[in-house]
Amino acid sequence: MNFTRVFQEAIPSLAWGFLMTVEITLISLFFAFFLGLIACLFNTSKKRALRYIAKFYIWLVRGTPMLVQAMFIYLGLPQLIQLLIYPDFRLTAFQAGAIVLSLNAGAYIAEILRGGIQAVDPGQMEAARSLGMSKSRSMYKVILPQALRISIPSLVNQSIITLKDTSIISAIGLAEIVYQAKIYVGKSMEFFATYTIIALFYLAFVTLLTWLSSYLEKRLNYGRKG
Amino acid sequence: MEEKVKVRGLHKYFGDLEVLRGIDLDVYKGDVVCIIGPSGSGKSTFLRCLNMLEQPTHGEVTVDGYLLTKKHAQIDKIRQNIGMVFQQFNLFPHLSVLQNIMLSPVDCKLLTKTEAEDVARKLLARVGLAEKADEYPRQLSGGQQQRVAIARALAMNPDVMLFDEPTSALDPEMIGEVLAVMKDLAEDGMTMIIVTHEMKFARDVADRVIFMDGGVIVEDGSPMQIFDETKEDRTKKFLGMVM
Repeated sequence: MNFTRVFQEAIPSLAWGFLMTVEITLISLFFAFFLGLIACLFNTSKKRALRYIAKFYIWLVRGTPMLVQAMFIYLGLPQLIQLLIYPDFRLTAFQAGAIVLSLNAGAYIAEILRGGIQAVDPGQMEAARSLGMSKSRSMYKVILPQALRISIPSLVNQSIITLKDTSIISAIGLAEIVYQAKIYVGKSMEFFATYTIIALFYLAFVTLLTWLSSYLEKRLNYGRKG
Repeated sequence: MEEKVKVRGLHKYFGDLEVLRGIDLDVYKGDVVCIIGPSGSGKSTFLRCLNMLEQPTHGEVTVDGYLLTKKHAQIDKIRQNIGMVFQQFNLFPHLSVLQNIMLSPVDCKLLTKTEAEDVARKLLARVGLAEKADEYPRQLSGGQQQRVAIARALAMNPDVMLFDEPTSALDPEMIGEVLAVMKDLAEDGMTMIIVTHEMKFARDVADRVIFMDGGVIVEDGSPMQIFDETKEDRTKKFLGMVM
């Protein structure tokens, strides 16, 4: 249990691993947000085909473990594409990991946003429509801003989950923080110190996200007291 | 006289329930029409059929010579000419008072931002809320919110204004300020259709009062004809309960 030793030997690789973790989290969340928004709009659309596409996507992602999805996208999917389209097709662990995390977070964000939209008073849409605004403009200008504000706590929660889910991507060889830790403890046997440090990395970042959440909520208060 | 609203044979079902059972109505430019009647009589549903917030099951609604009930009607375009004020105000809580009023004229490209702000400030002054431009709806009283909602509807420069029980959600001491704004609008020559429980307002301001019950128009006449000279039992009974 030698923290000094772990600090000296492992901090550089753990820090790189953590940067990788943060990087893939942010990239995945960026794509997941737009994927989720599109899936949510499809899911609440009047067109049945669009609704089915969204429901199929959400069903598929929710119904399979992320580890299986990661293996499938990293190893399975390239095999199919090599066979059918392009024999040299490959994905890096980072690309495959980002795809899996985006697809996953996207499906959950779609449901979060749907809840947010449904929580907006139907009178808001009526008021916007009665002023002559089209349905899509009313959605964009009146409903979505309010739905997003309502969804902030759940969206931050999803961001935290995505951050933690990156550790699953270590299974396909992405050199994120858990992967780096496994390598280090394998040769040093410093389990306690290493995993304590990793936990602290995660805690620090999650705390930051929590602060961001309450800052955003306060910022978007629109004259609400307290 | 120029006809603003024409309704012919309007029926509305919710599932099996027939809420409107054949309504005909003509409203001319500058008319102030108050619709009264017991709750559940279909007054609000009727009003909401006039700008297609409810889809009539059959019948025809024509506003400004444009048939709204035809297939592929340009409903967004025609709604720009029909202002609506709701019982629950329905101001946009994420926008300031000024932004609430400017949103639609700018978004529908009727006005530039500068023009819209100018119009919004004038309308706010007209409803007596010039100093509230930068506040959010939440920071206003119910009466103030409803006056902003009226200004918001007026910013589209509508030909007809619909009011769906505009004072029913207000505390008693705030009803007067909203009615005063509406009265001012009526005197200015606006064509108005108002669903209301304010009998005194209907008597003082309306050119015509319509009594609805059970999804039909029972009586349509001047305030004096309805309030003082009615021969209809249903009207007498209703007035006896509310006055």
